[in-house]
Order: sequence, then C-alpha cells, then structure tokens
Amino acid sequence: MNSSHSEPAWVRRTLIGSALAAMAVVLVVPLVAVFWEGLAAGWQVYWAAVTDPDARHAIWLTLLAAAISLVINGVAGIAAAWAIAKFRFPGRSLLITAIELPFSVSPVVVGLLFVLLFGSHGWFGAWLQSHDVRVIFAMPGIVLATLFITFPFVVRELLPVMEAVGSEEEEAARVLGARGWQILWRITLPNVKWGLMYGLILCSARAIGEFGAVSVVSGHIRGETNTMPLHVEILYNDYQYNAAFACASVLCLTALVTLVLKAVVEWRAERALNQAKVKGGVEA
Amino acid sequence: MRVLPGFGLSLGITLLWLGLLVLLPLAALAAKAMGMGWADMWRVWTEPRVIAALELSFFTAAVAAVVNLFLGLLIAWVLVRYRFPGRKLADALVDLPFALPTAVAGIALTTIYAPTGWLGEPLAALGIKVAYAPLGIIVALIFVTLPFVVRTVQPVLESLPHEIEEASASLGASRWSTFRRVILPELIPALATGFALAFARGVGEFGSVVFISGNLPMKTEILPLVIIGKLDQYAVPAATAIAVLMLLFSFVMLLAINLLQRWAQRRAVA
Repeated sequence: MNSSHSEPAWVRRTLIGSALAAMAVVLVVPLVAVFWEGLAAGWQVYWAAVTDPDARHAIWLTLLAAAISLVINGVAGIAAAWAIAKFRFPGRSLLITAIELPFSVSPVVVGLLFVLLFGSHGWFGAWLQSHDVRVIFAMPGIVLATLFITFPFVVRELLPVMEAVGSEEEEAARVLGARGWQILWRITLPNVKWGLMYGLILCSARAIGEFGAVSVVSGHIRGETNTMPLHVEILYNDYQYNAAFACASVLCLTALVTLVLKAVVEWRAERALNQAKVKGGVEA
Repeated sequence: MRVLPGFGLSLGITLLWLGLLVLLPLAALAAKAMGMGWADMWRVWTEPRVIAALELSFFTAAVAAVVNLFLGLLIAWVLVRYRFPGRKLADALVDLPFALPTAVAGIALTTIYAPTGWLGEPLAALGIKVAYAPLGIIVALIFVTLPFVVRTVQPVLESLPHEIEEASASLGASRWSTFRRVILPELIPALATGFALAFARGVGEFGSVVFISGNLPMKTEILPLVIIGKLDQYAVPAATAIAVLMLLFSFVMLLAINLLQRWAQRRAVA
C-alpha cells in the first residue's frame, strides 16, 4: 500500500487495538457473561432450566409467532416488492415510506396500538368479548405484535435487489409466452433468492427476540402467553438467575446462528453479484 | 406499457397487508387521541413524572449516540482500511446487538455492571455507579445502537476513491490534515444518518434498558416504561397521550433520516 494513503505502523496498531478493545468490552463481555452465568450452577441446573415445561412452552410459542411472521411478512413482502419494483404508479414513494413506518415505532407503543384495537375498551373489545375471543393477553395478540415489529424486513431487503436485477428477463419470458406464476417461480425468485434469504433471516431473528411489544400484549401468563424473552424476564425477576441465564443462552445461540447465516448469505450474494457483473461486462 | 402481469394482485395484497397490520392500529391511536383533545393531552405531557422521563430518555439516547459516533467511526475505519487477523469475525460481530434479543442484553449488562459484577465492582470502587443509575441506561443504549454508525459509514469509506487522498498528500498535506479536511467531510452525511438512527432507536428502546435502569420514578424511569406504568393502572388515555408524543418524535426522526440519506446520496453522486 502506498504510504501517501496509509498511516504509520504505530498509529495503525493503536487504532486496531483500541477498536478491538472497545468491541471486546461492549460486545464480547456481555455474550460471555450469559453463558458463564447460565452454566455457573452446573450442567444439571442448566439442562433442567432449559427443559422445564414452562420453558418448552415458551420456546414453542416463540417459534410459532416467528413462523407465522415469516410466512405472512414473507409472502406479502414478495408481493409488495413485485408491485413496487416492476411497476410505476402514483403514490409509489408514499407506499415505500408507509412500509418502513413500523421500524420507527417504539416497541412499547406497538403493544399499546393493539391494546387500543383489541383491549377490553378498544375498538373491537366489546365484540370480541361477546364472542368470547381473546386477543390481548393471549396468543393472537403476541402474533400480531410480532407481525407489526417484523413487517418491513423482507420487502426492504428484496426491493433494492429486484430493482438492481431489472425486468428484462421477466419481459423476455412474457413475450415468449410464460405465465405470471411461471415468471415469478422460475425467474424472479431465483434472481433475488439471496436478498429474500437475508430478509427472512433478519425477520426471524427479530421475531424470536422481540420483547417490548410482546410484553405489553402478553399478560405474562406462565406456560400460556410467555415467549422465550418474557420467560427469561420472569425467571430473572424471581431471582432464579442461573435458570434465567440458561434460557438466555439458548436465545444467544440463535443470535450467533443468525450472524453466521447472515455472513454466509452476504458472501454468496456478493459472489452472485460479481458473477453477474462479469457476465454483463462480457456482453457489453 | 405494462408487459408484466400481476400488478393488481400484488398491489392489492400489499395494501391489504399494510392497511390491516399497520394503518388500522395507527388509526386506532389517532382516533383515541382525537377523542382526548389537546388540553387533556397537554396535561399528561406536562406531568412532572412524564417530563422527567422525557428528559432522561432524550439525554441518555443523545449521549449514547454521541459515544457511538466516535466508536462507530473508529470501528468502521479499522474494518475498512486495515487488514488484521480476525477482521472478518469482528465485522460479523458488529451486528450482534441487532441479532441478540434485547432482554438478553439487558440482563447480561445488568449482571456485569451491578455493584458485585465483573466491571461494576471495580467501577464502584472508583465511586462510579453504573447499574440502577442513568449511566447504566447509557451503557445499554451504547450496546444496542453500536451497529448504526458503523454500518452507515462503512460503505461510504469503502467507495471513497484513493485518488483524492493521494492528491492531498502530493500537495503536501499531512496524513492527519488529509483525514480532517478531505476524508471526514465526505463521511459527514453518513455519520449524521448513523447518529440519527441511533438516537431515534435509543429514545424508543425498552428491553435492554428496563433491567439495568432500576426504574425509579423521576430518576431512572424511561419514557416507554411510563407508558407501561399507565397501562398497568388502566390509565389508557394517559398512555395514549405519551404514545402520541413518542410517535410524533419518531415521524420527525424518520423525515430527518430520509432527508439525510438523500443528502448522502447526492454527495455520493457528486
């Protein structure tokens, strides 16, 4: 590297050292602390905490809410990206802004929104009560709050990829007589698969970890309306620290898996992009 | 000319999805707020407990965002400009706060910074109280918002042409003045965007803060927690009024961030 745009070795070393030291204190110490505290009382306590019926139910409910969010926000996200990337229509940029809206709403406010709709004094509260349907302090409320929180993840990752790829291949297929679904399955989705994967990974990580919004609508009923993060909170507030951290370490593992998957997808996407560039360069 | 099919269907799904999941709940909040009127809303906003929480939330979020402005620039610089063992791992680790459930971060940080914790004990010996004090809230927000500045600055730094630095050096500028006068001005839109994202997130953050803050009214109670407190007392209108305030702030920040990003894009094109 040319000395004109590089620093002296001692500056470089100091900067690298201080960046890594800061990351160690801010990021690594908390990560280590979770596993340390979770295993402090031994494997048996750890295993008992993780396989406790309430913990198992919390894991099941968390995965259920995440799965529903993935399916609904995934399918609708693909539809929205198709509409926005392939067509020009009035109100298009307003639609993009509206889709990003859920990101800027505080999780606790999200919970409140659903209380205002489905709570006992909410818009649909009286109707729900007379039909004996529970949304708030029950599973549907948790699913709705998770859906709101993870709403934009898939679209916002898909949209730039779809726009970058362009529509020439789809238009060619159309002219050659392909039907809409064939175009979507055979051309569009394979072209944007890494963006889609990336969005789904972010969506599931956020769905599994969501705390504030779910906390407001869940009612914290053990073994019924507790997701994994809420279960961790209850154990922690009960001074069952080892059990709390044991369950927290399970969530930590999902976070670490998320980071690995993200890195893999980013790497594959970059490679696909470079290959596309090489192909495009040859044609040009 | 519309060659591709499916416009009506895909737009229909999009509007139904957006309308039912996002716009309907927001409309419920707007209707509830209209029913209250400005005078009642103002009364809630000016409650001493609400004002104290408002000041605390804004102050701690601002301090954490400023810290991350410097920390984020340092980390982005090191990751883009230098090659060292473990660089890829460090790069992946930056996203940990986005992937880790906030409640897990909350209890981990509380345990570390409690007066008996790994870092809390030596700090307490120096007379510095972190957990159950405003400083603890700042520590939690630094963790949660760390990735924002790194991830906004990184791509700009990567695409910065080396020629301008070489030109600056060949004109006799020192490395430091090249950084200050040539590189830093190019990064300012990205830094401002990262700062705004971190600040907005910090004001609304709940899960990571609620454990470490201690939640003493007037002292360490953050704004989202006041909403929960009001809901627990069945004071739904008061909770709504505070939520409206937070939502107005979110929309202002969203607008600011959009303008900043547009500015950053113009800079990148020019």
